[in-house]
Amino acid sequence: MKEAFKELTRYKSALVGLFILFFLVALAIYAVVAIPYGEAIRLWRGSEAMWRYNPRTAAPAWIDYFTPKRLLHTVILDSEVAQKNVEVLSERTRRILITYTLDYKADVFPSELAVVFKSRYDKKPPRVEVIWKTPDGREFPFGRQIPSGAIHWYTVSQDKDLISNLRGAPEKILFQDPKDAEKPIKGIHTITIKAYVFESDADIDAEVIIYGTVHGLAGTDHLRRDIGVALLWGAPIALAFGLGASFGITISSIIFAAIGAWFGGWIDGVVQRLTEIRMVIPTLPILIMVGLFYSKSIWVILAVLIVLNLIESSVKTYRAMFLQEKRAPYIEAARSYGAGHLRIVFRYLIPRVIPWLIPGFVLAVPAYVFLEASLSVLGLGDPVLPTWGKLLSDAFGHGALYHGYYYWVLEPAFLLMATGFGFTLIGYTLDKIFNPRLREI
Amino acid sequence: MEDRVLLAVKDLHKWFELRKWGFIHVGFVRAVDGVDFDIHYGEAVTFVGESGCGKSTLARTMLGLYQPTKGEILFQGKRLQKLGRWYRSQVGYVQQDPYGALPPFMNVRRILLEPLVINHWGTRAERERRIREVLEEVKLTPVDDFIAKFPHMLSGGQQQRLVIARAIVMNPKLLVADEPVSMLDASVRVEILKLLDSVQKAHNLGVAYITHDLSTVRYFSERIFVMYAAKIVEKAPVKELIRNPLHPYTQALLDAIADPDPENAHKMREVPPGEPPSLLHPPSGCRFHPRCKHAIEGLCDREVPPEFEPTPGHFVSCWLHK
Repeated sequence: MKEAFKELTRYKSALVGLFILFFLVALAIYAVVAIPYGEAIRLWRGSEAMWRYNPRTAAPAWIDYFTPKRLLHTVILDSEVAQKNVEVLSERTRRILITYTLDYKADVFPSELAVVFKSRYDKKPPRVEVIWKTPDGREFPFGRQIPSGAIHWYTVSQDKDLISNLRGAPEKILFQDPKDAEKPIKGIHTITIKAYVFESDADIDAEVIIYGTVHGLAGTDHLRRDIGVALLWGAPIALAFGLGASFGITISSIIFAAIGAWFGGWIDGVVQRLTEIRMVIPTLPILIMVGLFYSKSIWVILAVLIVLNLIESSVKTYRAMFLQEKRAPYIEAARSYGAGHLRIVFRYLIPRVIPWLIPGFVLAVPAYVFLEASLSVLGLGDPVLPTWGKLLSDAFGHGALYHGYYYWVLEPAFLLMATGFGFTLIGYTLDKIFNPRLREI
Repeated sequence: MEDRVLLAVKDLHKWFELRKWGFIHVGFVRAVDGVDFDIHYGEAVTFVGESGCGKSTLARTMLGLYQPTKGEILFQGKRLQKLGRWYRSQVGYVQQDPYGALPPFMNVRRILLEPLVINHWGTRAERERRIREVLEEVKLTPVDDFIAKFPHMLSGGQQQRLVIARAIVMNPKLLVADEPVSMLDASVRVEILKLLDSVQKAHNLGVAYITHDLSTVRYFSERIFVMYAAKIVEKAPVKELIRNPLHPYTQALLDAIADPDPENAHKMREVPPGEPPSLLHPPSGCRFHPRCKHAIEGLCDREVPPEFEPTPGHFVSCWLHK
């Protein structure tokens, strides 16, 4: 095995494959260490509150370097950058003015606007109003309201009164250059929150969120979730699913083939008939049925997949190898010194053919990774786990390509293809090493 | 006399079913068809005969790898079928092709360990000691150089030494050697035969040495059994048989040995005409009669010759020696 590995590194294609595999494994380890399993599920399933500060369907941040336009990163203006003025109007009533300045430099409009009010009061809630002053001096007062509760979200972009008053989306109109409606105006915006509080120990704070068009390394999806989480966690899941399925199926098929070939007679007959029955049973529809009626958990699907393929069609190939191998003189010698049937099957027959199986095992991995992705795209993916297939499914379901969210499709697709490519490169090289006859081809 | 017998074979038949259509028997290949002999403690006997005469089938039946169709094999007076696994530790097997006889994925230590582990022999330390001992005995020394090697790293002669080491690692009483040198280079043949001889003498082994080459017989073995078409046609001590072969087939076989004397270089040899008979439909009567120049019409082609003993200890199945 050591020699095989050494030889493997002599092939450039295998080196590329090993590099990809190494990258995936590193990614998987990083994912598991950085975001524990439970945390990943919580992040992915979590309510919108968890991701509320992220923009919706934003492209990856590094896109900025490749576009001539300057894109917008999300800006959160909180109390730390604010100027707060308190004016006592009466014994209880005070006027609080919170002023923010925003130096807007991007060449695109923000994707959304929101204000979060954080108020402290006992019985009588405060009253608030937002006054937006554009760099060219226009002033837009809006959002007069009574925030209820400690934290109150005012999603400016969805304020219907404001939209009808401005005759357009606030994130457009507020940032529009009066001379060119298609361009945002650059310069300093001043946003003032004018609030009245009516209790002696009441107070209010606010955050203004100008949602950007790019976010993080991987962008976000329609639920503002960071796609990076899914890309990261997709790696260990894809590797576990692909390797698990390939390993389980290869091992069980070898064992059945060896038992059938060694004992022969009716045992061989049963194994062969089961293989043939298995060959005409389609896997995908059964997995779809299981997904629909029983459980969509990826681990249940993996178990069903392995059980369905316990006697896979490759049993036929393995059996041919074993039939040849069982007549080897060393098997006869083993019988002469008393090796039992099971010992011969597991210690003499199976180890002999393992070198020939390794390439097949490696080559089968991407097939199962893709199967998991296909199931997800069909809507049968694990609903709680972030996987690459799940990302593709969401992207597909929300018209990602129609809306131009290409990164949403390309990122998981790239990782899936890289996985397939890496395993295939290694598999074919291993095939060359273990089956030297292929070398000339 | 009887208690000297290690292995007794009585009227042994091993037939292989050709193919079967439901309940209809199409035919049998009679690979061993009525064979009687004894091997004594510490005695080496040689089975000689041409290819396809049933020598290897006989060896495998003696090892218990094949169930006899008829007849029985007694080891120390007990039927083989009743001995079960214990018999495995009492018999060693040396095969023809040393490379094929060694599992290529095991190293020398593992190969020798397998019989010990399977037969629950000794403790771990005892096993290790036994492996080293037996490697010394077959002269795969220094032991440390060989113990971790894999079969493909050994030469043909070394491989065959390893096969012999494996055959004797359990301290058996009987060794079955099926053409142990026929696939080796001429240069190592004698070495291996001498090794077998010394092993046999050191452990007082009963040896069944199977060969088609009479020239290797004289290195060791006390008696020769000549096989022809699934039967033993002549049994005699080595010297007696070489000096005085009685069966026409044995005579032909001895004639066929290469003669190094240059005076005889141009002497024409008499070769029996025809081919060895089919074991599917063996000839009636004496199986050698179609090729025998001495065949007596009406007798040899009708009646199967019983075993005659013209001189004590020399048995022959031929009507000429009635």
